[in-house]
Amino acid sequence: MAEALLAALGALAANKLRAALTALGIFIGVAAVIVTVAVGAGARQQVLAQIQSLGANLLVVWGANVRLGGVSMGAGQRPNLSWDDAQEIPRQIAAVQVAAGTSRQQQQVVAGNQNWSTTVVATDPDYFVAHDWTTQEGRFFTNEEAMSGRKLVLLGATVVENLFGDEDPVGREIRIRSTPFEVIGVLGRKGQNPMGQDQDDVVIMPFWTARRSVMGAPRAFARAVGTISVKVHEGESMSDVEEELRQFFRQRHRVAANEPDTVSIRNLSEIAATRDASARTLSLLLAAVAAVSLLVGGIGVMNIMLVSVTERTREIGLRLAVGARRRDILRQFLLEAVLLALLGGAVGVIVGIGLAHTLAGVAGWPVLIQWDAVALAVTVSALTGLFFGYYPARRAARLDPITALRHE
Amino acid sequence: MSALIETQDLTRHYPSGEGVVAALEGLDLEIGPGEFVAAMGPSGSGKSTFLNLIGCLDQPTRGRYRLAGEDVAALPPDRVAALRGEQIGFVFQSFNLLPRSDALANVEMPMLYRGLPRRIRRERAAIALERVGLGQRMHHTPSQLSGGQQQRVAIARALVNGPGLLLADEPTGALDSRTGLEIMALFQALNRAGVAILCVTHDADVAAFASRTLRFRDGKMIEDSRYQPVDAEAMLRQKFQ
Repeated sequence: MAEALLAALGALAANKLRAALTALGIFIGVAAVIVTVAVGAGARQQVLAQIQSLGANLLVVWGANVRLGGVSMGAGQRPNLSWDDAQEIPRQIAAVQVAAGTSRQQQQVVAGNQNWSTTVVATDPDYFVAHDWTTQEGRFFTNEEAMSGRKLVLLGATVVENLFGDEDPVGREIRIRSTPFEVIGVLGRKGQNPMGQDQDDVVIMPFWTARRSVMGAPRAFARAVGTISVKVHEGESMSDVEEELRQFFRQRHRVAANEPDTVSIRNLSEIAATRDASARTLSLLLAAVAAVSLLVGGIGVMNIMLVSVTERTREIGLRLAVGARRRDILRQFLLEAVLLALLGGAVGVIVGIGLAHTLAGVAGWPVLIQWDAVALAVTVSALTGLFFGYYPARRAARLDPITALRHE
Repeated sequence: MSALIETQDLTRHYPSGEGVVAALEGLDLEIGPGEFVAAMGPSGSGKSTFLNLIGCLDQPTRGRYRLAGEDVAALPPDRVAALRGEQIGFVFQSFNLLPRSDALANVEMPMLYRGLPRRIRRERAAIALERVGLGQRMHHTPSQLSGGQQQRVAIARALVNGPGLLLADEPTGALDSRTGLEIMALFQALNRAGVAILCVTHDADVAAFASRTLRFRDGKMIEDSRYQPVDAEAMLRQKFQ
């Protein structure tokens, strides 16, 4: 077998340029498969990481008319979500794990002689659960601390970098609107959300503390919150809970049957999943291109093998005359075709991986080399050689030795 | 001693246009081991068809052919291939060497299909090349060899599996007269060593080196004569010294 391989290699080496050009088709196909799958997998991994960072199984309730990116509530817009709604939701809807009312405001935060403008999030300890926050240092605040209005904050990683540099902020003091707060923890890093916002540029404090010291509000709106984060129990249907929430607020706000909803509910992971789907479509398209390239490459292999059989007709006649069986001839040409295709495949693997890394480096795309896809691409290229090499090889094996020997 | 080649009513018809062409018709023949036979006749006389049938490259339309006691028509294709490889050596007018392989590799080739290990193949190929007087040129490719040397490589290739029968199709057709004579001298030497030779030629001078001539015309054997062969070695000395 090893000798048959060497013989096949020798036959290919006799026509190096021709072999190289033929292998090119397979090479492009395999490289395309590898790059495509790497880019697709990279994109998916990024999206999954984003979904993870947003918080899994998370629904966010906004007051109606308040848009996703909008921060300010228009004049005369009556805030219609309250801290009490958030307390009530888990009691009414069994599938809900936690619900946390949240108000956000842009604030200037000062530490020593440094200051930084960031988003202050006023909320419950449940918020950490709902959004899957972790601490990289220190701790979260407790329910008791939150209810008693203690002046405690947790800082996002971006805020820490801007106010404290490399120093450990836990136990230090920051000031917001000249009120001092004790830093009790640093939040684990989350990176950007799918909308491109830095999720680590944040200061989180207890809701009632914020009401008293930072986010003053008219008495009537003291319990108002901007959004409610609702975490659904693992395995429960998100869309069912979404509908239950809708009904919950229609009742609570006494909305008539013909009136529109007073709240809007967003499933953030769905937004990310949409991006995943579009990445998947692109991958599919490129995979189709790769498949076509492999097909064209295979036809190229068949073409060149047919030429080779014609050129070597006398050799085939001779081999038959000196005792080769038909299956020996079949094997010889099949081996050559497979080797040719594999050669293209091997170069394709190397270039594909190189290209994927280049894309990662130059274009900054997230790529992830999928080794099972690499193995698959190589296997498919070998199978392409086998499939498209079979007809020419069979033709060689079926030659009549007398005519083959007389072939000019 | 039983016959090496034995044919009864050996016939080969080819379809041609409306009817059939009888390329060979009702041949009854015996050739013993160690004979040196020339087959002569003009083109289309049936001598090539005869050679192809004897070489198991073609199947007869009718009749029987026994090679070394085996009825060839009754054998499965793989056994026929093995028979070709082991019992018969072919020598062609145009040598038919693999152009990219050296002499040694060309001679090794028939042994590939017998599954012999590389070391033994090399050894035997080298011995066969020594036997035809090319011991010094084992690693030359065909383009580095003269016509006569190329034909010697081809003869070494034909001999390497130790066949009882050498089939030669116009072996001197592409060679000058002196080289042709040298090849015939080699054939006579091999024949003396016990190899039966069947040589197809249209050249009466070549046939004179055999000890028996079969004449063909229009698909039939019209003459089968035995005689004392001319000594090619002696003629070589006489003509070129």
